Amino acid sequence: MIDFFVDFFSYHFLNRALLVGVLVSLCAALLGVSLVLKRYSMIGDGLSHVSFGALSIAVAFHWAPLPVSIPVVMAAAFCLLRLSENSKIKGDAAIALISSSALAIGVIVMSFGSGMNADVYNYMFGSILAVSQSDVWISVSLSVIVLTLYALFYNKIFSVTFDENFARATGTKAALYNMLLAFLTAITIVIGMRLMGALLISSLIIFPALTSMRVCRSFQGVVILSAAIAVVCFFIGLLLSFLFSTPAGASVVVVNLMALVVFTLLGKCLRRAR
Amino acid sequence: MKLLTCHDLCISYNGQLVVDHVSFSLEQGQYLCIVGENGSGKSTLVKTILGLVKPQAGHIAFSNMQRKEIGYLPQQTQVQKDFPATVFEVVLSGCLNTRGMRPFYSRKEKDLALKNLELLGIGNLRKKSYRDLSGGQQQRVLLARALCATKRLLLLDEPVTGLDPVITAELYSLVKRLNQEHHITVVMVSHDIASAVTYADQVLHMGSHMLFFGSVQQYRTTELYRHMTGGCDCD
Ligand SMILES: Nc1ncnc2c1ncn2[C@@H]1O[C@H](COP(=O)(O)OP(=O)(O)OP(=O)(O)O)[C@@H](O)[C@H]1O
Ligand SMILES: [Mg+2]
Repeated sequence: MIDFFVDFFSYHFLNRALLVGVLVSLCAALLGVSLVLKRYSMIGDGLSHVSFGALSIAVAFHWAPLPVSIPVVMAAAFCLLRLSENSKIKGDAAIALISSSALAIGVIVMSFGSGMNADVYNYMFGSILAVSQSDVWISVSLSVIVLTLYALFYNKIFSVTFDENFARATGTKAALYNMLLAFLTAITIVIGMRLMGALLISSLIIFPALTSMRVCRSFQGVVILSAAIAVVCFFIGLLLSFLFSTPAGASVVVVNLMALVVFTLLGKCLRRAR
Repeated sequence: MKLLTCHDLCISYNGQLVVDHVSFSLEQGQYLCIVGENGSGKSTLVKTILGLVKPQAGHIAFSNMQRKEIGYLPQQTQVQKDFPATVFEVVLSGCLNTRGMRPFYSRKEKDLALKNLELLGIGNLRKKSYRDLSGGQQQRVLLARALCATKRLLLLDEPVTGLDPVITAELYSLVKRLNQEHHITVVMVSHDIASAVTYADQVLHMGSHMLFFGSVQQYRTTELYRHMTGGCDCD
């Protein structure tokens, strides 16, 4: 057992993946609570596809991946938010258009490069080898920024999530905080995407929030429990992937799924007991 | 002392005029009821006072208070059925407008939230989940939140919709008490003209244009009032 952990922690790439993954899971879980409750989870999905397109272009031109994709994905976040707030255009259809276009462009750009299949697979489903030492520093500092902003604006985010009209009526700039949520989500998705993959990253946003909502009655409880669940699930997922040589991103998602099932049953029992 | 003046307000959605040249003013401590049929623009007027909707023409002036110090009880709160939040969290969020850029609530705001919960007789619900409450309890929670947001002006948009007669009467007398004992100016949108003339002291009757604005005593003498109450009796 101890040997196993010594073994696990002796791989530098695993340590890096663990550090970045835990931070990304934490950010995604916190933001996810508001995104799920505001019916914005589609935005997370759309952003991950845009992030895929941006990353593949950056790689094709040998640009630094994170500094290129972050502004692009932020701009996309801005557009997607506008689209989903404007009820006249069908928001979900527009998001689907943007995300599949970004995906298509990304795949085409990538096909010009070499090793198309392996690259596409890694970008779609993630790779723990993708996290380089310099990425770690960028990811850690961005995560700290996301967590700090979330903590500072926690009360405003609650108010805007619970009742946007009331928040606006009492002088909270709701549009600003919606934008903040979208921007923080954009950052989180970009730093987590290569680890988790474009198709799987949005699960980090959705699963922990849904899981903790099965059992918690307060917003604060949901936020704290989501964060805890996300971190634990990521850790277990990575361990299992190391143990059974399964893909890391997919393993994390499956562990999250199991947590959801367990908490749903637990919630049923609790409700019966009350 | 004047608190709120609306001068010649015109509000339209997509070119369709909904509120047509409405003017009125409100003294501190008054109780105004806005009545009128469905779609006459009552909620629209309320939202304009709150700054949620921009008027086409006319202006709104507050004296001795800022717009963000209004306590608002929306007609419908689009809170999803399964939103996880405790009553205390919801009520406390009413204090947000006094926080400015300071991020966390202090003892003072928490005490204010508790005080308002007690005032509305729902102190025991504090730790309950908002989604598990009955309609009447939810309405009280939202009223407590509105009270946290204001010391002067409450804006209530059809607060008694869907409540049973007993709870309705309780809510009306509660609001009246807030008005008389706590000197909070009240603007209430209502369909219930009989209660409006019992509790309020000013009436604004909306229609395709502004049909009446003045005191309850004057309102009782109008043809409009006789017509409305006559109509009610036939129902
Ligand atoms: N967001 C909106 N966009 C376009 N039209 C709107 C909007 N909100 C309201 N309207 C229209 O404005 C008119 C007035 O609506 P409002 O909600 O102010 O009526 P109301 O007097 O509050 O009615 P009720 O008694 O049913 O609450 C209606 O004809 C409605 O169709
Ligand atoms: Mg209305």
